[in-house]
Amino acid sequence: MKILVIEDEQAMLDNIVDALKGEQYLVETANCYDTAMKKVFEYEYDCILLDISLQNTDSGFDILTELKKHNKAEGVIIVSAKNSLDDKIRGLNLGADDYLPKPFHISELLARVKAVIRRRRFSGSDQINAGNLKIDTGEQFVYVADQPFSINRKEFEVLLYLVTNKNRLVNKSALAEHVWGDHIDSADNFDFIYSQIKNLRKKLKDAKALVDIQSIYGVGYKLLAE
Amino acid sequence: MKLLNYTSRYFSIVLVILIPIWAGLFYYAMLDEVYDSMDDGLDNQRQLIISKAALDSTITNHKEFEEGNYSVVPVSALDARKHTDIYIDTMMYMQNEKDYEPVRMLQTVFRKGQNYYQMRVITSMVEEDDLISELTYALLWLYFGLVLTILLLNNFLLRNIWKPFYKLISQLQDFKLNNVQRLTLSDTRVDEFNLMQNTVQHFLNNTVSVYNHQKQFIENASHELQTPLAIALNKLELLAENNALQPDQAQLLDSALDNLERLKRLNHSLLLLSKIENDQFEAAKDVSINSLAKRLIEDFREQIDFYKLSFTFQEHDQSKWQINPDLADILMSNLIKNAIKHTPTGGAISITISNSNFIIENDSAAPLDNTLIFERFYKGSASSSSTGLGLAISQAIVKVSGLRLGYAYNQKHIFTVGPLA
Repeated sequence: MKILVIEDEQAMLDNIVDALKGEQYLVETANCYDTAMKKVFEYEYDCILLDISLQNTDSGFDILTELKKHNKAEGVIIVSAKNSLDDKIRGLNLGADDYLPKPFHISELLARVKAVIRRRRFSGSDQINAGNLKIDTGEQFVYVADQPFSINRKEFEVLLYLVTNKNRLVNKSALAEHVWGDHIDSADNFDFIYSQIKNLRKKLKDAKALVDIQSIYGVGYKLLAE
Repeated sequence: MKLLNYTSRYFSIVLVILIPIWAGLFYYAMLDEVYDSMDDGLDNQRQLIISKAALDSTITNHKEFEEGNYSVVPVSALDARKHTDIYIDTMMYMQNEKDYEPVRMLQTVFRKGQNYYQMRVITSMVEEDDLISELTYALLWLYFGLVLTILLLNNFLLRNIWKPFYKLISQLQDFKLNNVQRLTLSDTRVDEFNLMQNTVQHFLNNTVSVYNHQKQFIENASHELQTPLAIALNKLELLAENNALQPDQAQLLDSALDNLERLKRLNHSLLLLSKIENDQFEAAKDVSINSLAKRLIEDFREQIDFYKLSFTFQEHDQSKWQINPDLADILMSNLIKNAIKHTPTGGAISITISNSNFIIENDSAAPLDNTLIFERFYKGSASSSSTGLGLAISQAIVKVSGLRLGYAYNQKHIFTVGPLA
């Protein structure tokens, strides 16, 4: 799996590369318009992370426009510090797959990258496995040892997020933000999140799922598959 | 005091003093002229009589005035030599008026042959009393007429001349910094008004531009903070993944992460607030508050259950707001989130939709300060995790959406969002 990261802020680039390498992706980088243009047309990538404001310009959009012209915009995730609705709409209209506002959590970045790759590889319907757990992201259904595993929508989202970030520490705020979005102030609701995880853990245990959700020193949770 | 009244008052005071002075001078000048003309007439008569006396001897015998207007009395040469011509005012009995009336009399001396005669020629004077009163009345009328005319003219002229001024003032009274609007300047030939209009226009342009920069600054600053925040957050997350971390190290990390999260939320809220105030949200649509409320209640259901809150939802009617859907979502979730956060475990929350109003009530021991709750960074409780911007954002949303957000307390907090009265 090959991913191109186009980002002019070196520290940011390092973070993203570190995170992606941890998932065994092949990562290439570009920190300016010219390098980026050279690379996108020289190689094929499964996913391109594109910072829209390179060197304080909107040249990220120029890259995207070029990509669209050559039918290569698919698989692009726009990363932007602007979080503007206009930019998001403009980017998605230019064929980008997703829009990720800065600052983001590593686990969120990985979830988005994986979702894009899944969509491209399996046209939206594929299965993620962890232990004897099988999640069908297309049907939004979970199987434990091939038996249907019944959970509610929020629990499904928690589980999918943790499974996507399997073996990684998922920050509790990242989880809260991903699942409950703006409807939660994570800092006030740690016990609430904890209780949700506890319920899920119990259900998994009852269904004899071979996965374990660990709490890591109050920082967050990690799903381990046996 | 209005400028108009001010000048009018000034005018009338000046006129009250000046006009009587002028009137007095006018009166004496007139009187002088009248005497002058009468004296000339008497002098003329004297010459006529003297030349007539040379031919007609009866004239020298005309000792009493009787039917004529002169009398001639012989005098000694000695007396005659001492005599000079004098004009005097005196009284004389008039047959027609049956009264003494003032007359003007010339006393003179002339010689006929060797004889000297003293002659007195009279002419009835215009009745001085009448003249005085006539003049006084005329002057009074003139005075009132003048004052009235001047005041009316002054009123009319000033009203017209000052039109551009009042127009400008009324525009300034309605002027709002956040509304992009230009002044419509009046076409005036008065230099001072042109100067004023241009100065005000220039001043406003500057102010608006400073204000816009200020607004833009908050937005830009928030944007600029995003990248370093992202870097710091991600570095710590990567560090947290390090399995070799000791529990106490992990706790330090956790605290740092929590605070970065807080900073992130704060920044996000500031940016949102600034975007709302800069009107960067798209046009309003009809949003059904019933279905929005129902959807949000579902989203919050787990939290409501978790905190064991008793929750009631009442719909008295189906209502719609003209509002940007995203803003409606933020507005309502802010209020619901607040209610959940500030209700003690086991307390009650109720949501009512009635008459286009969305009313959310939650149990609480003490009221909030009505004058402060919508201020930025006001925190009702000492909750350190709160940004203190939630209600400020809600308030900004209702403002741009033409709605109203009110707070009341009755053993519980009552927040009402609805159309402007």
